[in-house]
Amino acid sequence: MHATIEVHGLRKRFGPTVALDGMSFTVSPGHVTGFVGPNGAGKSTTMRVILGLDAADEGTALVGGRPYRSLRTPLTHVGALLDAAALQPSRTARNHLLWLARSQGLPAGRVDEVLEQVGLRSAARRRAGGLSLGMRQRLGIAAALLGDPPVLMLDEPVNGLDPEGIVWIRGLLRSLAAQGRAVLVSSHLMSELEDTADRLVVVGRGRVVADTTVAELIAAASRDRVRLRTTARERATTVLSQAGATVAVADRDVITVSGLTAERVVAVLTTGAVPFSEVAADRATLEEAYMELTRNAVEFRAVDAEAGR
Amino acid sequence: MSAGTAPRRGDFARLLRAEWTKFRTVRGWVLGLAVAALVIVTLGLLSASGSHTSCGGPGDVCSAVPVGPGGEAVDDKFYFVHRSLTGDGGITARVSSMTGHIRKPDVTPGARNVVDGVVPWAKAGVIVKDGTRQGSAYAATMVTGGHGVRMQYDFTHDIAGLPGGVSNDSPRWLRLTRSGEELTGYESADGRHWTTVGTARLAGLPETVQIGLFVASPGDLTVRQADFGGSIQQVRFAEATAVFDQVALEGRTSGGAWERDDIGVTVSPDGSLHHPGGFAQSGDTYTVTGVGDIAPLGEGQRIESTLSGLPAGLLGVIVVAVMFVTAEYRRGLIRTSLLAGPRRGRVLAAKAAVIGTVTFVAAAAAAGITVAVGTRILRSNGNPVLPVSTLTELRVIAGVAALPAVAAVLAFALGALFRNSAAAVTVAVAVIVVPHVLATTSVLPIGAAQWLLRLTPAAGFAVQQSIPEYPHVLAHYAPSAGYYPLAPWAGLAVFCAYAAPALGLAVVRIRRRDA
Repeated sequence: MHATIEVHGLRKRFGPTVALDGMSFTVSPGHVTGFVGPNGAGKSTTMRVILGLDAADEGTALVGGRPYRSLRTPLTHVGALLDAAALQPSRTARNHLLWLARSQGLPAGRVDEVLEQVGLRSAARRRAGGLSLGMRQRLGIAAALLGDPPVLMLDEPVNGLDPEGIVWIRGLLRSLAAQGRAVLVSSHLMSELEDTADRLVVVGRGRVVADTTVAELIAAASRDRVRLRTTARERATTVLSQAGATVAVADRDVITVSGLTAERVVAVLTTGAVPFSEVAADRATLEEAYMELTRNAVEFRAVDAEAGR
Repeated sequence: MSAGTAPRRGDFARLLRAEWTKFRTVRGWVLGLAVAALVIVTLGLLSASGSHTSCGGPGDVCSAVPVGPGGEAVDDKFYFVHRSLTGDGGITARVSSMTGHIRKPDVTPGARNVVDGVVPWAKAGVIVKDGTRQGSAYAATMVTGGHGVRMQYDFTHDIAGLPGGVSNDSPRWLRLTRSGEELTGYESADGRHWTTVGTARLAGLPETVQIGLFVASPGDLTVRQADFGGSIQQVRFAEATAVFDQVALEGRTSGGAWERDDIGVTVSPDGSLHHPGGFAQSGDTYTVTGVGDIAPLGEGQRIESTLSGLPAGLLGVIVVAVMFVTAEYRRGLIRTSLLAGPRRGRVLAAKAAVIGTVTFVAAAAAAGITVAVGTRILRSNGNPVLPVSTLTELRVIAGVAALPAVAAVLAFALGALFRNSAAAVTVAVAVIVVPHVLATTSVLPIGAAQWLLRLTPAAGFAVQQSIPEYPHVLAHYAPSAGYYPLAPWAGLAVFCAYAAPALGLAVVRIRRRDA
């Protein structure tokens, strides 16, 4: 069993809406892979196709080299958290895990192990309907861990967790990856994944827009940009534009210059006798890099929505 | 990481175990089913306790209902002119006339309206019987009021001979011979050319039996439509008189005069006989008048009379079975179920098997207790309960356990199809319980009621009928009287023919659609 997820050329339409438009990526073992994109980019649909819940119109999705529907005890191959609220309210937390264990031929002892692991031992005999959002999230993670699977897929696992829970889940995801598992974590907020994910699959409009590492993504987004702090914003803009740069206002006395290196910016300003207090190569935040990547997708979406009215 | 570990159990067995765990860990479902079972028991025992029969007279004890050789309750009331026969032998007689009187509804109040005529199943002929005790074994060849010549034996068996009645111009010769335990009936139009009507084997027939002539006439049954739906049935007094001659006996028979017994005649409180039969001899001509019938009894309480709580119990079963699947759709839990079991048809089949089995066990316990205790209560209240064989009793209990189980599977399938509790419960109740209530509470004409019980899932209720319909007994065989138009297992099969495709459709739907 390889700890991998391989998605190739997935296409799916819901009526006139294109949900997946050639989605392809691979999740390899030993890493936490972030699966990010705006709401509606196709993250959940992709996960559901991988898990055999939705059928794609085209393409293949394999876990450990096999289609999910061919797995006999699937929870020992893939652990998934899709919707932490999917619980029978009157069934206790432990009994929820117990029926799942029975369905995979796992011993009841395994249920108590995962309850311990996610910190729900004291709530084991409480009804699921009485659990807080954070506890349900932990219960969902316990269900994903139940079969000790080499592949884990978690859809927005941070939702509803308190700060302590967020720290806990980051540590948990990293340690699961360190054990050699493939971990795919989706989020619509890049900031949630910044400290956790090693690799990123960024999606927009049903396809992958970047499949990269966190460091590469930031470097790519930062290329050729210079931050300039000046009290003479308008004069600076004029001379830099004449020198061939693209200038954007970032703050009251801060502008962002692209198309010129920092050295060239200093030379142009000096020649033009424009005062400035700071020139620095701009390092984009991950969030900005992400916004840049997904901007097109979001804009197109907005246009679509207006055209559809 | 345990991936690749071979599962210890079979695929389906694991799913069954998971679904059973799901069922038993939701208290509402377990309680719901328990309440449904309790409703069946409680309503059944309450109605049994409220049912009393008294026959008046000293001690207020009802005379025991005679029981035939097959264990069934019987009518055994007729005028018997007989001798004893030891060993093999036979009797031949010519019937040249069959007449009678029937009391019809009074035209002038207070004045009895009696007309001439014989009812269709009035009987006159030759008979061999194991003594004169009511319910003992017999075989007889006879002419009837409207069904031609018949050979009947041991109450439940009837073989048709040639059609046609008798008169002075066209008499019938009847013959019955005994050879050990085997009896053979013959008929003839001229006394020379004989046709075999049938043979009967009466196991355990003793060496000495009673052989002779008999006449019986069941009451005249009229059924009329009531003003507000349903029907009113009335049985009125009827008697038949037959003229026999050319009577010949074979074998070692007792000599002297014929013995005469008005078998089963009712004795009025003043000691006089109520509607006695009669016998007159003139030379070689015998005129015999009889009242009553020799036939299985269909009137009275039955073991399934205690199961009046069944439709109410079914309501609870339907609700639980629907919830067992719609609750998963409502919460999105169905996706978790399909993650654990990606072979969707198997998941649905496992769920259906669990809800069906759990319901069967609960209903079997409820039906077993209700029939056993309810029948005892009925009898202790003086109600005669028509006896049935152990096998029939087991069939009724197993059938009444299977009925809610099939109802659970159908309701479950509807829940999986509609994914909505209210819609599924409504449809399940509308197709299972409502047709039965309509058909058995006599709001519908009998024909419509019977079609409902042939075509709708309510046909399954036939499985509880313990007393069969006899073609040779005229009775009001209506659903409201506990007679279903289909045989017990055939009725249940019709019900299954709804549940199985519904489940199949649910499987097709869940396979095709995104979850």
